[in-house]
Amino acid sequence: MATKSELIRVENVVKEYNDGAVKALNGCSLTISQGEVVAIIGPSGSGKSTLLRCLNLLETPTSGHVIFDGVDITDKRVDIDLHRRKMGMVFQHFHLFPHMTVLKNITLAPVKLKLKTPAEAEKRARELLERIGLADKADEYPNMLSGGQKQRIAIVRALAMEPEVMLFDEPTSALDPEMVGEVLDLMRALAADGMTMAVVTHEMGFAREVASRVIFMDGGAILEENTPAELFDRPQNPRTQAFLSKVL
Amino acid sequence: MWWSSLFEGMSPANFFNFSFLPKYASFFIQGVEYTLLLSVVSVALAVIPALALALMRLSKSRFIHGLSGAYIAVFRSTPLMVQLYIIYYGIFGAIKIPSAVILGFIDISRFIPGVVALALNSSAYVAEIFRAGILAVDIGQTEASRSLGLSAWQSMRLVVLPQAIKNILPALANELVTMVKESSICSVLGMSELIWGAKTVASTTYKTLAPYVLAAVIYFAINFPAGKAIEAVERRMRRGDKV
Repeated sequence: MATKSELIRVENVVKEYNDGAVKALNGCSLTISQGEVVAIIGPSGSGKSTLLRCLNLLETPTSGHVIFDGVDITDKRVDIDLHRRKMGMVFQHFHLFPHMTVLKNITLAPVKLKLKTPAEAEKRARELLERIGLADKADEYPNMLSGGQKQRIAIVRALAMEPEVMLFDEPTSALDPEMVGEVLDLMRALAADGMTMAVVTHEMGFAREVASRVIFMDGGAILEENTPAELFDRPQNPRTQAFLSKVL
Repeated sequence: MWWSSLFEGMSPANFFNFSFLPKYASFFIQGVEYTLLLSVVSVALAVIPALALALMRLSKSRFIHGLSGAYIAVFRSTPLMVQLYIIYYGIFGAIKIPSAVILGFIDISRFIPGVVALALNSSAYVAEIFRAGILAVDIGQTEASRSLGLSAWQSMRLVVLPQAIKNILPALANELVTMVKESSICSVLGMSELIWGAKTVASTTYKTLAPYVLAAVIYFAINFPAGKAIEAVERRMRRGDKV
């Protein structure tokens, strides 16, 4: 990473539900640079997922700005669809399209958005499937796959759009324990390839090993932000200390 | 028995005296054809406006949402017969349709207003079927599709609707069964469907009961098996429903 240019900047993002009755995010600011792997940790309900979902505007911030590639995507005049193409997202529950084959799941967006011809998209999809060792599943439907396979294919589906950043929302939380490893391995490989990643996770081992930076959230706020070594071994905030003492 | 006097003058023969049949069978045969045509065309025509109404209902714009809600409320909260009269005398009082007979027994100057009224009514119900079917698809499907950069309409068309159709089709078939019965209301405007046929035979032959019994038997013979078939299809669809 010769240049550490800024890719995403979050400025004072607030997210309220029910006309302010519920405050999910209390003014969060954050910068993610190219090639960084940012792990976001914290207790349930701390706003980690909401913050991640604000990055590609699956949640619209009540106030504040999200700047991606120099463009304020919270601006109403911006065509968010064009920017989402460059931000891959992976969900806890995979959300593969059950009525399409694995291949169709992966080629749908590149083809329908006219970024690739069907032949190009299929070639790329097969390459990606080959890389994760699931080439033989191309013509299967998602209900024939294990959770770990589904999640790896969901990752590949996002990668097929050639994104600039990948957002992971608790990608291993819905998996049986024996399948967590294969998904983390794939994410590790992506990080090693230099993919910019933001990962909401409960996998502290993964965060410590792979992340370049760890963010601790609680009560809708970013309370601490540091390198994994510092944050895990010398947490400064008492809430971070209390959280880590329970999960480590 | 003390209660037998209540039924004096009432004989099973009156119920099932179908002696009019050889002469008047055509009223029932054409009546059934008319009824089925009326129902199928009405529900088929209702599908497109219903989809539009359902999508409007799911819109974030309060105006569009409210517009669709108002339409659905009006058509679901007033009797079909009133709607039929208003559309027939109101709209088609202004727009004259030339009297022409198609298929030998369908007068389009009555058929078209009838179909329009039934379709407008049905679209309110079918809209709710679509809405429920769409809402039953996991929101995560839309999120996954939108996060790939697909537009709201592409997500709806390529991802959500193909999954919703499984919830929608059985309910739509049930709407057709309902329409076969409801369309009998069109007899009040002289549309020669099944009930009109029965009424005509009753008044011509002075057999006031049996023609209606026959009509009931025919409606049952259509709708009961149809309903059972829909249930069977639904059961089979549910079986293949593991995602």
